[in-house]
Amino acid sequence: MPDFAFLWQTLEKLVAGLPLLFQLVSISLAAGFVLAVPVALMRLSPVPPLRWIASSYVFLFRGTPLLVQIFLIYYGLSQFVEIRGSALWPFLRQPYWCAILALTLNTGAYGAEIIRGGIQSVPWGQVEAARVCGMSGLLLLRRIILPIALRQALPAYSSEMILMVKATSLASTITLLELTGIAHKIISETYRAIEVFVVAGAIYLLINFLLTRAMLALEYWLSPHLRDAPAAARAQESAALVH
Amino acid sequence: MGLLSWGDKGWGDELALATLMTLAVASCAFLLGLVFGSLGATAKLSRIRPLVLLADAYTTVLRGIPELLVIYLLFFGGGGALRFVVKMFGYDGYVELNAFTTGVIAIGIVNGAYSTEAIRGAVLAVPKGQIEAAKAYGMPPWTMFRRILAPQVLRYALPSLGNVWQLCLKETALISVTGLVEIMRQSTIGAGSTKQPFTFYACAAVLYLVLTSLSSLGFARAERWADRGVRRS
Repeated sequence: MPDFAFLWQTLEKLVAGLPLLFQLVSISLAAGFVLAVPVALMRLSPVPPLRWIASSYVFLFRGTPLLVQIFLIYYGLSQFVEIRGSALWPFLRQPYWCAILALTLNTGAYGAEIIRGGIQSVPWGQVEAARVCGMSGLLLLRRIILPIALRQALPAYSSEMILMVKATSLASTITLLELTGIAHKIISETYRAIEVFVVAGAIYLLINFLLTRAMLALEYWLSPHLRDAPAAARAQESAALVH
Repeated sequence: MGLLSWGDKGWGDELALATLMTLAVASCAFLLGLVFGSLGATAKLSRIRPLVLLADAYTTVLRGIPELLVIYLLFFGGGGALRFVVKMFGYDGYVELNAFTTGVIAIGIVNGAYSTEAIRGAVLAVPKGQIEAAKAYGMPPWTMFRRILAPQVLRYALPSLGNVWQLCLKETALISVTGLVEIMRQSTIGAGSTKQPFTFYACAAVLYLVLTSLSSLGFARAERWADRGVRRS
């Protein structure tokens, strides 16, 4: 018979970690996206140094574990007196900002690759047509390339979002008490690993389920051109054809 | 750079050993993941409803919760579960899962979920006509699997299994929380005793970069080898 009182207590304690989890996810996803777009454009740029910088950034952050990145930023940076004396130190001293910085840089690298794939999938004819219409540079990017590319990148980006929800659990290794951090604390106090795991796991699954649903809805909303026309419009069309 | 030298004074040999440990955990976990993945893919493709549901639950749950949580579950709960099992077989002593086994099982189970999808996709990519042709020839299932399915599944699954391996390699860093001395743990020990965290974690980063780069080279070669009989347009 499960011990419902304990499960309920655990749930209450774990829910207290949700605000931190949401902050970590949303801030780093937003900042990571802002970083990812220019990096993706740099990777496709005709200027070699820009390409090299972007490629090395992506290589470094995709080739190493997130844990290493978090530890490098949180523990590593304190090795340098210059950083400890700098204006950034009040931020870099706190595990919260270090976690956000590491998560942002990490998702920025993965996001850049996803967006690059999206940009490369934009049909060349559309870019040519836009150029014929006299669009170039930022206008072309804003009106034609990015909207199509981002729509195309959406499914892969929603997997990246789920990976980020899971990745916030690593913030617990630098003392932040988000969901996994609290779960670890309860487990090491009570040694009731399975019950705590079930509750914490259920919360993560629920978050990821809702996130997937939301992204699917967004995808549906952004791709009316891929759906069948509604019955009314179709009827009108065929009526127009008859006359 | 004296810090990273070989022998008693430096940390070079310790880090090299830790790298071997990372490779050992990753390889064992990857193989275990392949076993789970094959079972999962078989279950998903079996059309036997309970099996399909079970496999769906497995991949949904393990891809939806953080690896760290799975590691904590096994680290704290694995010993108890093991004692329960051995008790059923009549052994009443104290047994425990060591850190290595905990890590291999935790990462193996998680990777199995990713492998399941990789293998399932590869099986579905084999043209249906070939299966029908094999059946028409009267091939028994096992022969068909060995001659028609397995070689092609291996080829189709290779790119995604390459990704699973890279994930596996990077996830081993999380095992450091159980105290197993792999790259990450060794770097933390070094950082603590020399007060030079950046040096050690940067070293760890370089070691992981070397491992992941060599792996992607290796997988690229393997893919070329597997595709050698395929005509290119």
